[in-house]
Amino acid sequence: MNSSSFNIAIASGKGGTGKTTLATCLAAVLANKGKSVAYLDCDVEEPNGHIFLKPEIEHTTDVNVMIPKVDLDKCTFCGECSKICEFNAIAVLRDKVMVFPSLCHSCGGCFHVCPEKAIVEVPRPIGQIADGTGSGVRFVEGRLNIGEAMAPPITARIKRNMPDTEVTIIDAPPGTSCPVIEAVTGMDYVVLVTEPTPFGLNDLTLAVGMVRTMNLPFGVVINRSDMGDDRVVRYCAEEDVEVLLQIPFNRAFAESYAVGEMVSNLGAEFAGSLESLFDTIESKVGHD
Amino acid sequence: MIELVVVSGKGGTGKTSTVGALAALADNKVLVDCDVDAADLHLILHHRVEKTHDFVGGSQAEIKGDLCTDCGLCLDYCRFNAIKTVADAARPSGERFFVDEYACEGCGVCAHFCPEEAIDFSERVNGQRFLSETAYGPLLHARLGIAQANSGKLVAVLRQEARKLAEQQERELVIIDGPPGIGCPVIASLTGAGYVLLVTEPSMSALHDMERLVKLISHFEIPAGMCINRYDINQDLTDRLERFAAEHKVALLGKIPFDPAITKAQVAGQTVIEYGDGPAASELKAMWLKLREQLACMEPEHTKQPINIIDIQDNVEK
Repeated sequence: MNSSSFNIAIASGKGGTGKTTLATCLAAVLANKGKSVAYLDCDVEEPNGHIFLKPEIEHTTDVNVMIPKVDLDKCTFCGECSKICEFNAIAVLRDKVMVFPSLCHSCGGCFHVCPEKAIVEVPRPIGQIADGTGSGVRFVEGRLNIGEAMAPPITARIKRNMPDTEVTIIDAPPGTSCPVIEAVTGMDYVVLVTEPTPFGLNDLTLAVGMVRTMNLPFGVVINRSDMGDDRVVRYCAEEDVEVLLQIPFNRAFAESYAVGEMVSNLGAEFAGSLESLFDTIESKVGHD
Repeated sequence: MIELVVVSGKGGTGKTSTVGALAALADNKVLVDCDVDAADLHLILHHRVEKTHDFVGGSQAEIKGDLCTDCGLCLDYCRFNAIKTVADAARPSGERFFVDEYACEGCGVCAHFCPEEAIDFSERVNGQRFLSETAYGPLLHARLGIAQANSGKLVAVLRQEARKLAEQQERELVIIDGPPGIGCPVIASLTGAGYVLLVTEPSMSALHDMERLVKLISHFEIPAGMCINRYDINQDLTDRLERFAAEHKVALLGKIPFDPAITKAQVAGQTVIEYGDGPAASELKAMWLKLREQLACMEPEHTKQPINIIDIQDNVEK
């Protein structure tokens, strides 16, 4: 984490509500106003921010997790490693030990418990982090290797090495479980993007439950605000949740998004509403 | 019995609305909502919950303050920064150790090595799963607890229950509404399934995500078909998706036009088929006929037995 930066996460329970559009446009609009801004794509299963910010990538590094490697010359097949493993990632047979790398959570339990010191930990790549600059924004992207199950270690790595900027915007994955929690942990503010439909509302209530449980300050942006009904607005009023911005459906936005162009380039009005969105958030958190 | 899994890579392309339409069109099936962090399918199927079960996904550590001597060994062992301290004047060391439940990975290493046996490590309820009756047959769905982990395990449990139910009730088809992404819950949804329906839309983001998803699916060797939603938003990208499908032996099963009836049906709590006979509904009906033909080509006894995730991952990227 970067404590001197103002850290905002853009999240949502439901997918496809406009997280990436909002996150990339907000980053570009603030950069255009002269702020130093970083955009971190933490939707590592399906990172899309690069399509819009079109960064020049300067570095790419592997993200490794540590997995056990057993020295069979030292191993007595006592089975302690398998006993401590909560994830069934290591099994001891009569004369061999099997490690299942994709089930391993890298907790180090087997390594610490082995009485013969027969286990060493070796790195295994699960994804990459790329960084560069695009549309005036410092860009960082995590990307999970295809076939890998665990996204959180990549997000954790991104957050340990955040660029030194005034503002950091994290593009979170959809949902409300581990990968999202990893992305929003420690943020100064979380923006939940939703749409005014029953699916949008149901997933918003789950996302609100998540940020409230984690004690994070948050507000809601309603995208395509004229497409459904008023239940999301009513829910927000009843639950005392602040609606920060409503964005009506705009076919030009949808078309621009489809081809990978920044919606904020379509005119000053939307860019202006994002500037005010940022000012509102800043005044709520009292960051200086 | 065949398991049909509906996935998209990118979220919000219309998976659940498409599954709702299939629910209304297909006969003799079991429905499963495997998007366990954001389950919505029940909202359009007129469901009534019949049975609720707790889901236990794993264990969590908790420090028992009366036994803890504040030695800090757990802090050294924990790889997940889940052991934290707060100032506590009542304790000799001036601080109290506790486990941050959102950071705790559930590995139990702290509890194993605690010299005072001051750390409790026991199973936790991570959510609930439900069996509902709907207008279109039985539905298995779940709610993962707020900020809980183990979504992949919950998906595996739901699928296992659905297969059991299908066998008991002699239902030929299990239709699975999958989660977005390509990670843990998606892999758990795809493993050992019989047919994959890819629901996408003509946007650069959806195309990029589809390329990653199809790479994942090719490792499972599951036959796949594609449905392009809102295809008329961008004809050029629709053409690219069609070419992509052809190059990757994915059957193009349907192109659904942009139709406000999809949203209106959802607002009315209905599937788009029940809502009325608009352009999307009629294209979805045509798609179902093609999909049914694809499923009919598959001999149920040839559908693969569930295989372990690790078997696939060891073959990927090597």
